[in-house]
Amino acid sequence: MLLIDCPHCGPRDETEFHYGGQAHVAYPADPHALSDREWAEFLFYRDNDRGLYAERWSHSLGCRKWFNAIRDTVTYDFTAIYPMGQARPDTAEAAPQASAIAEADPQPHPTAGFEGAVR
Amino acid sequence: MADQLPEHPDFLWRNPEPKKSYEAVIIGGGGHGLATAYYLAKDHGMTNIAILERGWLAGGNMARNTTIIRSNYLWDESAAMYEKSLKLWEQLPEELDYDFLFSQRGVLNLAHTLQDVRESQRRVNANALNGVDAEWLDPEQVKEVCPIINIGDDLRYPVMGGTYQPRAGIAKHDHVAWAFARKCDEMGVDIIQNCEVTGIERIGDKVVGVETNRGNIATEKVAMCVAGDSSVLADMAGIRLPIQSHPLQALVSELFEPVHPTVVMSNHVHVYVSQAHKGELVMGAGVDSYNGYGQRGGFHVIEEQLAAAVELFPIFARAHVLRTWGGIVDVTLDASPIVSKTEVAGLYANCGWGTGGFKGTPAAGFTFAHTIANDEPHPLNAPYALDRFETGHLIDEHGAAAVAH
Amino acid sequence: MTHSARPSGSTHLSGPTRLDHATGIDRSRHISFSVDGQQHTGFAGDTIASALIASGRIDCGASTYLGRSRGILSAGIEESNALVRVKGRIPGDVSESMLPATRVPITEGLEADYLSGLGILDPGQDELVYEHKHIHVDVLIVGAGPAGLAAAREAGKSGARTLLLDDRSAPGGSLLSSPGRSVEGALDESIDEVPAPEWIEATVNGFAEAEEITYRPNTTVFGSYDSNFFVALEDRTRELVETEGTGSGASAGSADSDRDDTASRAGTRQRVWHIRAKQVVLATGAHERPIVFADNDRPGIMLASAVRTYLNRFGVAAGQRIAIAATNDSAYELLADLHAAGIDVPAIIDSRATASAMAERVVDTTGTRLILGSTVTGTAGEGPAGRISRVTVAALDEDAVAAGHGEDIDVDLLAVAGGFSPVIHLHGQRRGPIVWRADIAAFVPKTPVRDQFTVGAINGDYSLEAALKDGAEAGNAAANRSGFAAALTVPKAAAMTFAPARPLWLVTSAEDDHTALTTHFIDFQRDQSVADVQRAMNAGMRSVEHIKRYTSISTGGDQGKTSAVNAIGAITSILGETDLGSVGHTTFRAPFAPVPFAALAGRRKGELFDPARITAIHPWHVAHGAEFEDVGGWKRPWYYPRPGEDMEAAVLREGKAVRESVGFQDASTLGKIEIRGTDAGEFLGQIYTNGFKKLGVGKGRYGLMCTPDGMIFDDGVTLRVAEDRYLMTTTTGGAATVLEWLEEWHQTEWPHLDVVFTSVTEQWSTVAVAGPRSRDVIAKIAPNLDVSNENFEFMGFRETTLAGGIPARICRISFSGELAFEVNVENYYGLAVWEAVAEAGAEFDITPYGTEVMHVLRAEKGFIIVGQDTDGTVTPQDAGMEWIVSKFKDFIGKRSYSRIDTAREDRKHLVGVLPVDGTTRLAEGAQLITSGTPVTPEAGPVPMIGHVTSSYMSPSLDRPIGLAFVENGRNRTGEIIQSPVAGSLVDVEITSPVFYDPEGNRRDG
Repeated sequence: MLLIDCPHCGPRDETEFHYGGQAHVAYPADPHALSDREWAEFLFYRDNDRGLYAERWSHSLGCRKWFNAIRDTVTYDFTAIYPMGQARPDTAEAAPQASAIAEADPQPHPTAGFEGAVR
Repeated sequence: MADQLPEHPDFLWRNPEPKKSYEAVIIGGGGHGLATAYYLAKDHGMTNIAILERGWLAGGNMARNTTIIRSNYLWDESAAMYEKSLKLWEQLPEELDYDFLFSQRGVLNLAHTLQDVRESQRRVNANALNGVDAEWLDPEQVKEVCPIINIGDDLRYPVMGGTYQPRAGIAKHDHVAWAFARKCDEMGVDIIQNCEVTGIERIGDKVVGVETNRGNIATEKVAMCVAGDSSVLADMAGIRLPIQSHPLQALVSELFEPVHPTVVMSNHVHVYVSQAHKGELVMGAGVDSYNGYGQRGGFHVIEEQLAAAVELFPIFARAHVLRTWGGIVDVTLDASPIVSKTEVAGLYANCGWGTGGFKGTPAAGFTFAHTIANDEPHPLNAPYALDRFETGHLIDEHGAAAVAH
Repeated sequence: MTHSARPSGSTHLSGPTRLDHATGIDRSRHISFSVDGQQHTGFAGDTIASALIASGRIDCGASTYLGRSRGILSAGIEESNALVRVKGRIPGDVSESMLPATRVPITEGLEADYLSGLGILDPGQDELVYEHKHIHVDVLIVGAGPAGLAAAREAGKSGARTLLLDDRSAPGGSLLSSPGRSVEGALDESIDEVPAPEWIEATVNGFAEAEEITYRPNTTVFGSYDSNFFVALEDRTRELVETEGTGSGASAGSADSDRDDTASRAGTRQRVWHIRAKQVVLATGAHERPIVFADNDRPGIMLASAVRTYLNRFGVAAGQRIAIAATNDSAYELLADLHAAGIDVPAIIDSRATASAMAERVVDTTGTRLILGSTVTGTAGEGPAGRISRVTVAALDEDAVAAGHGEDIDVDLLAVAGGFSPVIHLHGQRRGPIVWRADIAAFVPKTPVRDQFTVGAINGDYSLEAALKDGAEAGNAAANRSGFAAALTVPKAAAMTFAPARPLWLVTSAEDDHTALTTHFIDFQRDQSVADVQRAMNAGMRSVEHIKRYTSISTGGDQGKTSAVNAIGAITSILGETDLGSVGHTTFRAPFAPVPFAALAGRRKGELFDPARITAIHPWHVAHGAEFEDVGGWKRPWYYPRPGEDMEAAVLREGKAVRESVGFQDASTLGKIEIRGTDAGEFLGQIYTNGFKKLGVGKGRYGLMCTPDGMIFDDGVTLRVAEDRYLMTTTTGGAATVLEWLEEWHQTEWPHLDVVFTSVTEQWSTVAVAGPRSRDVIAKIAPNLDVSNENFEFMGFRETTLAGGIPARICRISFSGELAFEVNVENYYGLAVWEAVAEAGAEFDITPYGTEVMHVLRAEKGFIIVGQDTDGTVTPQDAGMEWIVSKFKDFIGKRSYSRIDTAREDRKHLVGVLPVDGTTRLAEGAQLITSGTPVTPEAGPVPMIGHVTSSYMSPSLDRPIGLAFVENGRNRTGEIIQSPVAGSLVDVEITSPVFYDPEGNRRDG
């Protein structure tokens, strides 16, 4: 159960939110100027980053506002939340939770289990 | 006293060092990677090949799924692929000489609304013409097949019937992987664990090798079987896949004397459950909404799953959740896989199986091996090429196919 | 107390085994219960296990696969052997299997049976109440041992909202195993210069006076999730049974500091707490491990800490002649206590070559024989029910290999102290890093997870002094971090130091072949031994995860609490290594302890599984015998059978009423979204395939919306209420999705457009009145309205006041092809207006109709239902709706129609299908094939050209009709195709999808 800091309502449980996938994918200004391949890219292809990922959320059971967030797709930690339309911030600096005590080793720890995904 | 599971073979596989080059390299030692290697070696005579596994063999989704096997899919392309898979499943225990507890105990897909009934009828009728065994059962017949289902009106969404595929069933996932691995090893395939691919080498539009934490390996054919991490790997080759990775959770109870003779799936109430050979109840939960590589999800998803389970199976009330876990599923927009050549010569993609990967293991391996060996798809996987996203010829198992698992 | 007759095959020692001294039982309350049909008596405070041991029975169910005799191993949550099924005790209760006897408190009349690893599910209906609770706290503390209590006291006094949870029934943690009195030679366990029990009591009493501290016993924290989200199971079974059962009726929850309104708790069996904490202190303690030697699984081989717990807390001597196998100093605490209780200890056998300071002190005091540098290598089980009767002791060499056959010692109990495994599960569930510490032979947290602290034994710090200090400091810091400061007070205890442990992973002799070590058990519940581990490794397995799966070690109910580290130790030893960290631990996963499905389901069953939405008119439908259909969470009237009518008869009657006179339907469930703003028309033009900017105020228009992929997604009529205001209707099931859709496109793509959306589905009731006499009905209920065709045109709407003074918006909309109106009023008036329509229509025999007839009548007109006729793969063109697809403007989805596949002329088209025989009604979902296609699926797939999406007996045509999607269907009108039905083929003619009134003459009445 993620805790998501809605910019309008404050921190709320994940179950109040709707996930919107990758952020910063604009609807093409003129879809008809695109090739089929380019249109397919818009329709079906999204980044799928392992690590920090700019994504969209909507507080659908609250204020119904959409916003952008940067979240680590491995640790699930949010490092930035910012309005729609704003450019992706530099998360290296924006990370509010880079506190002294680490969340967990970012690298698989030798003793932390052997459940690393297959490759 | 309970019965022990069948004993495993005394020997399974070697742990060789990687060679400098191979005819083909399969990245990912999960079920699909192992099955691909098996069919490459057996059907296409390619034994100078390696499977590179980052962690421990079959430790990804192969170790985390709920082991359901069925072929009662709606669309012709899906039914053909999964029915091929089921036919292969039926011959594999003997072929691999390994009792991996393949049990054709049937799968029930329940209908709880009029719309469910329509979709079920449509699927059953299509299955019949596609040569897939499937029948429509009324609630009383559902009860006959699985007496512990509550078909009463006290359910919020009473059971209005269901489809039943008698040949469907379950198998013991780990054992399946080890069965393939043993045969691959016997045929000379190198299974290399703790070998992480860190780069895919290209010259122009051709693959020439892979970089790993255990040295570079030259090869002209690289096959990706890394469900969950497909996008990350594809990125190394400079290509993009229409895939999103999501957490998918599952859970297991303690062991019980047998009560549940089949596999039950309900899309509307959202539960899928079987009782494995040792006696534990095995259940899958829903896909978590967000992209995630963490192999874990939210607890609310588990709670929803158990509410659904107890609603449909009152007898489960006092079973206990013993363990929950999570995998990473590759999801495509049409909920159908990609088994395809790519824009890079010698690079092949097998991904996007979503929640259908386990049941598709033999057919994925069979068709992918054909594609790799011939540099052309097998007719069964031709519809699963990447270009369908461009033409719009999707195989949309979201819409009408009810349960995606 | 009374003793039962001896159960056949069970151990039973003669004579009373209750000692004079016990800290955790109430001797004034006798409780009778039975196990395996044998009656026993215990005291309030006893668990099944403690009372049974007191009765002389230590053996439990035989092992799962090998049928070996086994006994109670532990005194707590880590139990792997003694599992029982407890029968239902109060009305609505059912039996529950796989409960550790070490955790179930006895209640009057309790009946239990020992199990052999397999549970039995009770087919009875569990009608007890399970609650889900949600709470936000500043500081969550897990574990009410000394570290947790100190943390709670410090956090709580700052004013921080503090929650202290513990899985046991009383506070104290490891101190619950202490004698609670001065014992010669034992460690000084006083705190702040008072005996530990007094300190604990005073501390917990102090919580009762603090505003913001809650201590909840019997509450097991079993899951740790992102952002400090925790889940815990509070078990109130004993209270419930004692309150509602036929027993004494008194509650013995003396340690329960709960301040809830007890009335609201009555009846709740278990609660699942959902906790969001700013800061967390994990004070979860440690579990002791067995030692892996030959025949280490006999009844009477028990964890040393458990022997001590039974002795001190329950006043039960688990044996009368107890040997102790030690690998560390903790065993000497037991020795001192046994001596004080007058129990014979023939020897303490310590793996370490030299006596530690503590060992020397206790051995001196008690005069016990100490055998150093040795261990137990095997046992005999010639006691009752296979109980241990003798241990074999041998010396260990430098490599911890046993040399030769040592001496035999007769015993009736062996206490094993194999070392402690810190309870790092909750830390591990969050992927907190762990390290192997060789000095204490334990995996411990490397660093805490963010916003968490680990204190006490979880860190491998086993001294009381350190637990109190670390606990207090963490409690203080946690409060501080969550914004509450207070001066730190550290409870004082005597300093203690423990000598290093010498763990034993495998007790073997030089000549042993590991594959022969079939009774060196590692996982008792799964009956897995060193031989099984060796076999897995011989097969080529190296990963601990593979070996776990090959052997099934650590997959039982205890999830490896006592076996995981021993398994890792065995693997490490077999590999010839010494660092267990190099092998690694398997992954920690929730739950920490098993949780009943029923508790996790909570109240979500039956009606509350997914609360149904009903309209204001619902009571009328119920009163008039409607059958209901579930649509998108709503209960909608499906049809209204009259006495003696079946569904078909009712549907034909309702349909004829609409076609011939007038019917009315509750259409309130349709989604309604109000859309406001100067750019509302522009926005709608992007969303819908057709334009809405030029729609006149006072008029409505049907619209179709598609996904960017071009597939039909929802439809409905949108009214233009004012220049800057529209009212959109959506399908019943699609309302929420469409609202999100509008918000998404507006906020994320076109935020510059001035438009806002408000769901008004619940604000309006809608009564559809359809049929040639509908105008007469509307005229009666809306006397101020000119309802003539000339002055109230099709797709127009009017604001008016009904006869009863109720404001209404009346639209001329038809989904049946007949003259029809929709009366929209404030939800509050819905039922009144429905009844007014019924009354006004009575002279025309107005007939209520349900969704089925609505579907039939629209099918006669060839109108699609999104979700029934479409399935996410249908374009507007496929559905024959090019007429609604704008050629001039762009809209969501338009670009997709020029792709190769979507542009094909021969895609599947919506057509009508008429069974040629005029009588066969095709099933919805029936498949269609070209005539003459051989139906031989056994020879390969039979090509299908489409399927039937809608099929009804038409009341207007008096014959079955159907809608279907057929390949190239529009260009095949008149062709006879076939549908395989139950082994035969039905000839079907492809027709236009419009079966009824194709000219549209009836629309205007």
